[in-house]
Amino acid sequence: MPVEIDIARVAKLARIALDDDELESFGHQLSDILEHAARVQALPTEGVEPTSHPLPMVNAFRPDVVTGSLDHAEVLEMAPETEGGFFRVPRILDEQ
Amino acid sequence: MSSLADLDIAEAAAGLRRGDHAAVDLLEAVLRRATITEAHLHAYLTIDHDGARAAAEQADRDLASGVDKGPLHGIPLALKDNMCTRGIETTAASQILAGYRPPYDGTAVARLRVAGATLVGKTNLDEFAMGSSTENSAYGPTRNPWNTDTVPGGSSGGSSAAVAVGSAYGGFGSDTGGSIRQPASLTGIVGVKPTYGLVSRYGLIAFASSLDQIGPLARTVGDAAVLLEAVAGWDPLDATSYRGDVPAITGGLDAGVEGVRVGVVTELMGEGIDEEVRAATRAMIDRLADAGAIVTEASLPATEYALSAYYLIAPAECSANLARFDGVRYGLRIEGDTTEEMMARSRAAGFGPEVIRRVLLGTYALSAGYYDAFYGQAQRVRTLVRRDFAAAYDNVDVLVSPTSPTTAFPLGERTDDPIAMYYADVCTIPSNLSGDPAISLPTGLDSAGLPIGFQVMAPALGEETMFRVAAEVERLAGFAARPFLATDEVISA
Repeated sequence: MPVEIDIARVAKLARIALDDDELESFGHQLSDILEHAARVQALPTEGVEPTSHPLPMVNAFRPDVVTGSLDHAEVLEMAPETEGGFFRVPRILDEQ
Repeated sequence: MSSLADLDIAEAAAGLRRGDHAAVDLLEAVLRRATITEAHLHAYLTIDHDGARAAAEQADRDLASGVDKGPLHGIPLALKDNMCTRGIETTAASQILAGYRPPYDGTAVARLRVAGATLVGKTNLDEFAMGSSTENSAYGPTRNPWNTDTVPGGSSGGSSAAVAVGSAYGGFGSDTGGSIRQPASLTGIVGVKPTYGLVSRYGLIAFASSLDQIGPLARTVGDAAVLLEAVAGWDPLDATSYRGDVPAITGGLDAGVEGVRVGVVTELMGEGIDEEVRAATRAMIDRLADAGAIVTEASLPATEYALSAYYLIAPAECSANLARFDGVRYGLRIEGDTTEEMMARSRAAGFGPEVIRRVLLGTYALSAGYYDAFYGQAQRVRTLVRRDFAAAYDNVDVLVSPTSPTTAFPLGERTDDPIAMYYADVCTIPSNLSGDPAISLPTGLDSAGLPIGFQVMAPALGEETMFRVAAEVERLAGFAARPFLATDEVISA
């Protein structure tokens, strides 16, 4: 059963700018892969709890003590653009 | 012709203490080896000549003044380039991280420094560890040292190739669906995926957080055990790291398999597994039985769906993890009028096709309306896989299977067929879904002269039994072949 995908919407959600040719090509590939992956739907799983994690653990606490942090300058050195000790990005809101 | 680079870790370490050689000699031996092999293999992305030299000299000074940091003191090791190393370029083989120098060491890396190891450099991988052939690297593929027309497996193909030829004594990789064991199998060495949580993931560039696990690659089972011991144990910086005592790892290596219950996984010995691989696996199982193991068949019916579940769970988690590569704090930025446009352009330019494919797949599988049919269902299948393993371990101590359905395949053969590529991990993925440990080690060569790997799986924290059985398999196999590129002689192209 082929899986229908609105690939342009998925690419927008994933924040990846693809042109029309790329969208078409990835759309076909995803449809093929999902057709295989959809085999999981053939297995009856009523009443089966999902496993999100292999270890049965909750709330990994540690003592609330102040420790050192990464060097501010060393961290900012790797940023594409900074200003006054902050990361700088283009405008976030549209003019309209 | 043999060189210092051909010693295993145990021999190199013993020689250091006898005064046969110094740590700088060991480093020079692997660097000399690399000058020959790298032109053919491309196992390394970065060799840290200065840092490695300084570490080796320090190791020699320490030993001279009576400071012995243990079995890895002065031993040159290779690290997969998705492990953060302070000040040393760490790219995960992606354009989006070209030039990135982490401001910190990951926990495993820090522990190796404390153990006195010499960190030679950073090795190639499939971009963000997504792949089974090391062909998806933005910096070009790594080749298999047994036959350079074939792939070394992946995604830890760089570490694996380096260890196989001796441009490192041992190495580390990460295993999300088989990325340590499958390349170990294809290059004729030992590779271990430890129990989930046994090794801290802090400073490992995340692919799929509930599956990723750092583990060792080595030329002997004993070396792999020593490497794992150096990095295992609780780390407050990784909330998923295991808080209990580290299981005994090296304790049972000489204990043999008398009375050990070995289950042969029926579903991983049938169709889809190459005839020669199956025959070699079966032959080793017979020898284990001769050596005193109690061999039975074990069925894991849900593993038939494991591959499908994995290719929903791993992309879903990767789509979330890779959201951090957005051109803001580090990595590539392509300018745009708005922040959103800048991010979308940066990601399109910085990610390779397989990474884009998986991020899109994961985004789709998590999006409203599809979540339960795909991701939710995959997680329930994961529960069934875990139940199958638990039921099998009621009756056996370890499970065995081939590591890879085939030996090394030709470069380029599967690059246009993602589904054929994904099938390379069919035997390894179940252990990632269950979180249990597994090891691959070589048992022989096929008719083309390529290594065949054998997988031993154990229940969570069952490393001691797993290593015990693996050590017996190693003795029974007596595998001593080395790739033709394990040489210091110049090879004409």
